[in-house]
Amino acid sequence: MSNIGAIDGHDAHHDDDHHHGPAKGITRWIYTTNHKDIGSLYLWFSLAMFLLGGTFALVIRLELFQPGLQFVEPNFFNQMTTMHGLIMVFGAVMPAFVGLANWMIPMMIGAPDMALPRMNNWSFWILPFAFTMLASTLLMEAGAPNFGWTFYAPLSTTYAPETVTFFIFAVHMMGASSIMGSINIIATIQNLRAPGMTYMKMPLFVWTWLITAYLLLAVMPVLAGVVTMMLFDVHFGTSFFNAAGGGDPVLFQHVFWFFGHPEVYIMILPAFGVISEIISTFSRKRLFGYDSMVYATSSIAFLSFIVWAHHMFTTGMPLAGELFFMYATMLIAVPTGVKVFNWISTMFKGSITFETPMLFAIAFVVLFTMGGFTGLMLAIAPADFQYHDTYFVVAHFHYVLVPGSVFSIMAAVYYWLPKWTGNMYDETLGKLHFWLSFVGINILFFPQHFLGLAGMPRRIPDYALQFADFNMVSSIGGFLFGFSQLLFVFVVIKCVRGGKKASAEVWEGSHGLEWTVPSPAPYHTFTTPPPIAENAHARVETKGDV
Amino acid sequence: MQPKNKFLLGLLSSALVLISTHASAAWELNMPVGVTNISRETYDLHMLITIVCALIGVVVYGVLIWSLVKYRKSKGAKAASFHENTTIEIIWTVIPILILVAMAIPSTTVLRQIYDTSESELDIMITGYQWRWQYSYLDDEGEEVSFFSNLSTTDDQIAGLDEKGENYLLEVDEPLVIPVNTKVRFLLTAADVIHSWWVPEFAVKKDAIPGFINESWVIVEETGIYRGQCTELCGQDHGFMPVVVEVVEKAEFDIWYSERQEAAAAIAELTDQDWTLEQLVVQGETVYRTFCMACHQANGQGLPPAFPALTGSEITTGPIEDHINVVLNGVPGTAMAAFGAQLNPVDLAAVITYERNALGNSVGDFVAPIDILQAQAE
Ligand code: HEM
Ligand SMILES: [Cu+2]
Ligand SMILES: [Cu+2]
Repeated sequence: MSNIGAIDGHDAHHDDDHHHGPAKGITRWIYTTNHKDIGSLYLWFSLAMFLLGGTFALVIRLELFQPGLQFVEPNFFNQMTTMHGLIMVFGAVMPAFVGLANWMIPMMIGAPDMALPRMNNWSFWILPFAFTMLASTLLMEAGAPNFGWTFYAPLSTTYAPETVTFFIFAVHMMGASSIMGSINIIATIQNLRAPGMTYMKMPLFVWTWLITAYLLLAVMPVLAGVVTMMLFDVHFGTSFFNAAGGGDPVLFQHVFWFFGHPEVYIMILPAFGVISEIISTFSRKRLFGYDSMVYATSSIAFLSFIVWAHHMFTTGMPLAGELFFMYATMLIAVPTGVKVFNWISTMFKGSITFETPMLFAIAFVVLFTMGGFTGLMLAIAPADFQYHDTYFVVAHFHYVLVPGSVFSIMAAVYYWLPKWTGNMYDETLGKLHFWLSFVGINILFFPQHFLGLAGMPRRIPDYALQFADFNMVSSIGGFLFGFSQLLFVFVVIKCVRGGKKASAEVWEGSHGLEWTVPSPAPYHTFTTPPPIAENAHARVETKGDV
Repeated sequence: MQPKNKFLLGLLSSALVLISTHASAAWELNMPVGVTNISRETYDLHMLITIVCALIGVVVYGVLIWSLVKYRKSKGAKAASFHENTTIEIIWTVIPILILVAMAIPSTTVLRQIYDTSESELDIMITGYQWRWQYSYLDDEGEEVSFFSNLSTTDDQIAGLDEKGENYLLEVDEPLVIPVNTKVRFLLTAADVIHSWWVPEFAVKKDAIPGFINESWVIVEETGIYRGQCTELCGQDHGFMPVVVEVVEKAEFDIWYSERQEAAAAIAELTDQDWTLEQLVVQGETVYRTFCMACHQANGQGLPPAFPALTGSEITTGPIEDHINVVLNGVPGTAMAAFGAQLNPVDLAAVITYERNALGNSVGDFVAPIDILQAQAE
């Protein structure tokens, strides 16, 4: 570690001891404006939602273990698929990335905290209320929302259970939280970089989050708009989506997917950043093609605004529309490919070790690419007529979201846990958790490709007999993956409570400002900005030569 | 062999036996080739893109695995210091673009064919309802042929009380019948929420959307029975509204069609006939079981609050005009559909009479089919 880093870490420590450390007791968490506290709150919240959403998924897999209706009624099954999707997307994946952003972005750019600390507190504390409201519908007489996480009208308006109003307000609150969170991230990155930390020196995680934050800012209001239109249809007699009143159910889908497609990239771009950091660290080699990674991320973000109707190929768009959205969607595969090639080139001629974060990162590259391939297949509109709304699509988006986004979050947690807690996690258990998850996830989702191709529609509680075998296999994989996550919880708690002391740099190949402060990172870091080397990427220079 | 291995092997093979006891086409891996020109071309596109992806996968995963094996630190690998190369970045941007263009060309050709709905010989209107399909043959001559196609799998099979049949969940009371080697055009719409009509072996999947009429077409080249399902989440019984199409020789179709026209004419006649309360109740019970029971339950107790009870309710025991109105026009904003468009006057009269004089009610009045016609005219 260079001198610069050591001096800085010392400074920060000094601050911690003699000025404001964390408050005591529960008020520390309720009133906190500290980016690290808020980051932890987001991450714990996300873990809780991950387990809740996972429980719903296991109810689904339990019912689908065999043909016939065994455990739940069709209507409750629909509530499970809906709540599973909503909670995983809005409760588990998005808050986890915001938590990582809170913890890491200030430390990566040499800032003392987020730019808007009080709003930061509010952004987080909205979420428990939003999700309590959403989940409470399960206990109401009319039951939870049952119209799918995509909540197509008029099933979600004219034909919805009464609880749809709670759903609408919950979505509004999540949206407000996301918008505030993204404003905060943009303000932090654009204003609080340490002098000399130019844009093209920022770690890729910061870059991908900056772009993600702009995506959020652009599309969350669209989501708010569409649920408001639903609210008016349900309660105030308008007919935005009601054909009988002159409205247009397909309009709903256009507006929803104008939000929805960028949303799926919101869930993967920060993952790209995490994976770029980790692969470079454990290959002990600078990230290959940094500039092209930034450009590829930007082009993905741009393209994500003009492909939304690839979710709507079967709605009967005119031919010209089908062709446009088919070509645009195929194009997205190009920058996505560039990213994968860059990761592999980073490993090529590196000096690779296989600690748990790296195992998750490698699995990410392999399995996310699988999801990319099926994405490309789905882009071919005539073929999509066969794939659409079958288990093939379910397999596609779970490959990009679980071994994609979720694995990247787990990789990030293992990677930065020593920095957060000052303790090393249990490497043996971490690896065990990885292998159980890796095997489980493939048994769970790979057979779903076959089910979809053989003709099994998605969102059904019961199925024809020819789908029985692969469903049973898939359910077994589901339980394996699901229960393995308890091990993850155990490893994290064990690490928080103690373990081998971690050094400041933690990993041999680590690079970047966050590794220049002691482990655990003091409550306040970089209260004075660290110096950044002039003519090279900060993440290399502060560490010396990697 | 180690005892432990033997045990595992035993477990595995008994699992396999368990799994392979399902009689039907198990372990199906791929999309059906299908029985239309379009379905074959779609299948070819699917195979082409799969193979392209597989080849790219071999290269990408190959290099990845090679790097992981060769450049391990434990093997003494020292990290190189290169970190960019513009030439290679350009190469791996341009090559994928070329592959994509090559893929886009055949895809465009197939898509254009799929969109050519001109010159059909037979037009059929397909309407999605919660949770059944209605098929209406659009024909200017003679009585209109129009009927509903309901799931015919029994509740006992679904609940596991009865053995599941071969076509479990993929069987209906009345399939759609179309002639072979004939261009049939489908016009799709829906009466309540969005549904989607799919037959994998025709490679036809099209959304049925309220307020819209979508078009699709087939020329099926082999007679037979083809099965599919609704693929757009449409509420509680989305998983229970299969599509079954029977494709028959043209001559056979003509016979079937004229029989259906005669039957339709007979219904018209029945409507004019005199009915007694008892006759209507008998007929009404069958209708009730198919259309009303899912929500209002066999005993008429419903599932309040979503599905109100019919036994002793204000509607079923109050003025008959209100009862007719609810059944014909439904209750907007609730799951109660407008059955006026779904059932013929005889069935409507029968089911209303049944609801008033069974399920624990005994109002004693009845409505004749002719009254329904009158109410519909108003
Ligand atoms: C190469 C990149 C990708 C392409 C070309 C692609 C293409 C597609 C297409 C065409 C569909 C619609 C399929 C259908 O409903 O018939 C789809 C669905 C989906 N994709 Fe992707 N995709 C890609 C990557 C991703 C990524 C990175 C994510 C998220 C991390 C993602 C998440 C989803 C989700 C959630 C759905 C299904 C939404 C739903 O209907 O519930 N995809 N994708
Ligand atoms: Cu999309
Ligand atoms: Cu459906």
